[in-house]
Amino acid sequence: MTVGFDGGAGRGRSDGSPVEVVITGLGATTPLGGTVAETWAGLLAGRSGVTPLDTEWAQDHPARIAARLAVEPTTVLERVEARRLDRVQQAAMVAAREAWADAKLGGAGDRGVDPERLAVAIGTGIGGALTMLGQDDVLEERGVRRVSPLTVPMLMPNGPAAAVGLEVGAQGGVHTPVSACASGAEAIALGLDLIRAGRVDVVVAGGSESIVHPLPMAGFAQMRALSTRNDEPAAASRPFDKARDGFVLGEGAGILILERADHAAARGARVHAVLAGAGITSDGYHITAPEPDGRHAARAIVVAVRDAGLTAADIVHVNAHATSTPPGDIAEARAIRAAIGGHPVVTAPKSMLGHLLGAAGAVEAITTVLSVREGIVPITRNLDDLDDEVELDVVRMSPRRLAVPAAINNAFGFGGHNVALAIRKA
Amino acid sequence: MSNDEIRAGLAEILEEVAGVLPADVSINKSFTEDLDVDSLSMVEIALAAEERFGVKIPDDELANLKTVGDAVTYIEKAQAAA
Repeated sequence: MTVGFDGGAGRGRSDGSPVEVVITGLGATTPLGGTVAETWAGLLAGRSGVTPLDTEWAQDHPARIAARLAVEPTTVLERVEARRLDRVQQAAMVAAREAWADAKLGGAGDRGVDPERLAVAIGTGIGGALTMLGQDDVLEERGVRRVSPLTVPMLMPNGPAAAVGLEVGAQGGVHTPVSACASGAEAIALGLDLIRAGRVDVVVAGGSESIVHPLPMAGFAQMRALSTRNDEPAAASRPFDKARDGFVLGEGAGILILERADHAAARGARVHAVLAGAGITSDGYHITAPEPDGRHAARAIVVAVRDAGLTAADIVHVNAHATSTPPGDIAEARAIRAAIGGHPVVTAPKSMLGHLLGAAGAVEAITTVLSVREGIVPITRNLDDLDDEVELDVVRMSPRRLAVPAAINNAFGFGGHNVALAIRKA
Repeated sequence: MSNDEIRAGLAEILEEVAGVLPADVSINKSFTEDLDVDSLSMVEIALAAEERFGVKIPDDELANLKTVGDAVTYIEKAQAAA
């Protein structure tokens, strides 16, 4: 294979400054819409994607609400292609195609990328659980000879990344960070590293998740992590609000095209924003509970800001992870105050999207990019009564218009994973 | 079941599993070379054929079914033997 023009000499350019990585494509399928534009419109309208689960299995569950995909992937994908993909792969494929088309990397008249300099990094918290559970039913009911030969490629956690890698013809490596609800953000951080290290020029990065099924729902409910506000689905996800009682399980995918800035410039690509830095830390505290003071979450933010060559004062906006669980939102509020201060304009998109788990960090990275690009921050829905311990400027009532030169997107995961991404205006 | 009924049944399975156009399913076509069926889909097709035609297709027999005609002949014989 050909060596990149920097000869793999490392992170830096000859003047010592880091390689700049820009975002040239966006794609998403979420509970608010089947595209980035529909999702963004939903967020700006303050719409909730949470609906009742009226399936029979849900009726004896404590949580009978979820944020399902607004557009069924099977209505977008070819039938035969869809039947070979788990729903988590289908969502990733839909989002990746939108991002790829947005970046104009393939197709007639587009100037693309060397396949050997193209990588994929798509995280997921769980992987193809629907296939695993569905095929277990087949095994139990009909025996080993009736189990689908597609079971393994559909259930493996690297399935979404591998399917997208095939789709775009990536030959520079296909990766799957797995860090629960930080997976999507960690994939983007990995993409940043891959380009800075000189290994590839373009990374298709993001996250996907789809596990609305009795077993995962029961597992999260038994942790007492889910909201049980079943009679008011649209009001159930209420980050930073005093009356919050847990998160709402969601499904979706978000994909970003990350590209070395000079590569993007050479082909005249549109740049949405700059992926300026990333910070990854771990709590070393508890398998699921966040460290109560958010000290290591704060450190992830500090590292991301520094990695971006910025200071806390430069960060005008924080797109919070805030899932609507009682302890998590407080720990994050403390982390934001400690790392940046009280000045950033904060929002919590899970109030409308629900919690997309391994896709959350990627979909919310996209909404952070749009806030930076458009100069507008969506509201935090259902924030009627701000928790006294949340000493932050959280957007409510109507979207806030302001110039956002730089922003932070947080994503944290069970296991003590903390990821912060720094996004700067192009 | 007639030779042509088996071929038509296989064509339906091939369309469902692999998106092959029924008109393309003639007896001289190779599953992998002509119809672009991969090894995973071949297993799915064999499973579906077992159910539809009420026959067993062991793996060592499946490996010999290169063309649509091979499969039709095998299924016809297996049905006659049953």
